[in-house]
Amino acid sequence: MSRPCATVPPGIYPPNDCPAYRSSAKRAPGEAAVRIPPGPGDISGPCFGAERLRAGATDLTVNSQGGVAQGQRIVVHGRVTDQAGRPERRALIEVWQANAAGRYLHGGDQHDAPLDPCFTGAGQALTDDDGAYRFITIEPGAYPWGNHPNAWRPRHIHFSLFGQAWASRLVTQMYFEGDPLLPFDPIYMSMPDRDVRERLVARFDLENSQPDFALAYRFDIVLRGPDETPLERQL
Amino acid sequence: MSGLTPSQTVGPFFSIGLDWPQANQLTGDQLIGQPLVLTGQVLDGDGQPVPDALLEIWQADASGSYPRPGSAGFSGAGRCATDADGRYVFETLKPGGVTADDGIAHAPVINLVLFARGLLTHLYTRVYFSEETAANAVDPALGCVPEARRASLLAQREGDHYRFDIRLQGEAETVFFDV
Repeated sequence: MSRPCATVPPGIYPPNDCPAYRSSAKRAPGEAAVRIPPGPGDISGPCFGAERLRAGATDLTVNSQGGVAQGQRIVVHGRVTDQAGRPERRALIEVWQANAAGRYLHGGDQHDAPLDPCFTGAGQALTDDDGAYRFITIEPGAYPWGNHPNAWRPRHIHFSLFGQAWASRLVTQMYFEGDPLLPFDPIYMSMPDRDVRERLVARFDLENSQPDFALAYRFDIVLRGPDETPLERQL
Repeated sequence: MSGLTPSQTVGPFFSIGLDWPQANQLTGDQLIGQPLVLTGQVLDGDGQPVPDALLEIWQADASGSYPRPGSAGFSGAGRCATDADGRYVFETLKPGGVTADDGIAHAPVINLVLFARGLLTHLYTRVYFSEETAANAVDPALGCVPEARRASLLAQREGDHYRFDIRLQGEAETVFFDV
């Protein structure tokens, strides 16, 4: 990319000062971010190829020994585009998630729910020429956390994406349509605008479910792209 | 125009999905330049170490060129999670200054982005080098930073490494950028 990214309108990337999310109290900067003219390092960015991917990384339901994960099997798919709707080609996507019981394969997870020996919860993909990606995984469970009494995280899958530029970098979370925990979650509710929040909610997608195999959810992702006029976009 | 996808916190368990072997080592036998070890601590508003932060860097090579997609050699990109003491380390090469297409000179810099539990949106900052006095004085981004806060962006040479601590909040808070 050789042009600066379009600026992010307010209200989309949630403010770090978020009292309802307790972990932010000692970590959110007190000073506003300093606006700078985008430099050569902001409009360029790291580029990753297939060498970065582990074999079988788009199917989280089968581990390296051939064991099959417990839980409701789902297809998670969508397109990654920039703000102008152009596909983000060969964008690296990394995902991680809890297992069907709501437990992460991580030493810091103290939740008293069973680990699944056949599920690590890690996946990777590169988008294709149309910006499309597709994972097979299991639906993660909700889990409790210590933010406030009886706090539960809604079911979610963590997503990390590299776009065309350093300024396009994004880490986010995908939620599930109809999850009753969403309005009680301070992380999901950190964006004041409902329309903005709902961009993180994957839609149930019967059409792309696989008969006798898996349900499907669709999650499209929009990254910061070059700030161009419509005329230039036609060239 | 499509609506941008919002950011959310990386959470405490990102190592499951974001752990790359040797991702903090950008050096290699075939690479030209001055080896540079960049290390420091990430600290919260109480001055306590942040043991669950993820740092990524992006930088030009020693000649002042950012690696292009598909090019072999220096990747310019690295990733490191902090340890129990909030420490990180990158083994890389000192970047050269970059002259942009518009002729503007940019001081040698390592671009850095930080993710952590408690941060809903990632933080961009930049590592400049204290000895690059002349280049720093005309750098367009440093020029946007109030003079009293610029010291937070300068890596200091300590023996065989450069030290760059990141203070998320409070006195001597690191400058973060809207890029």
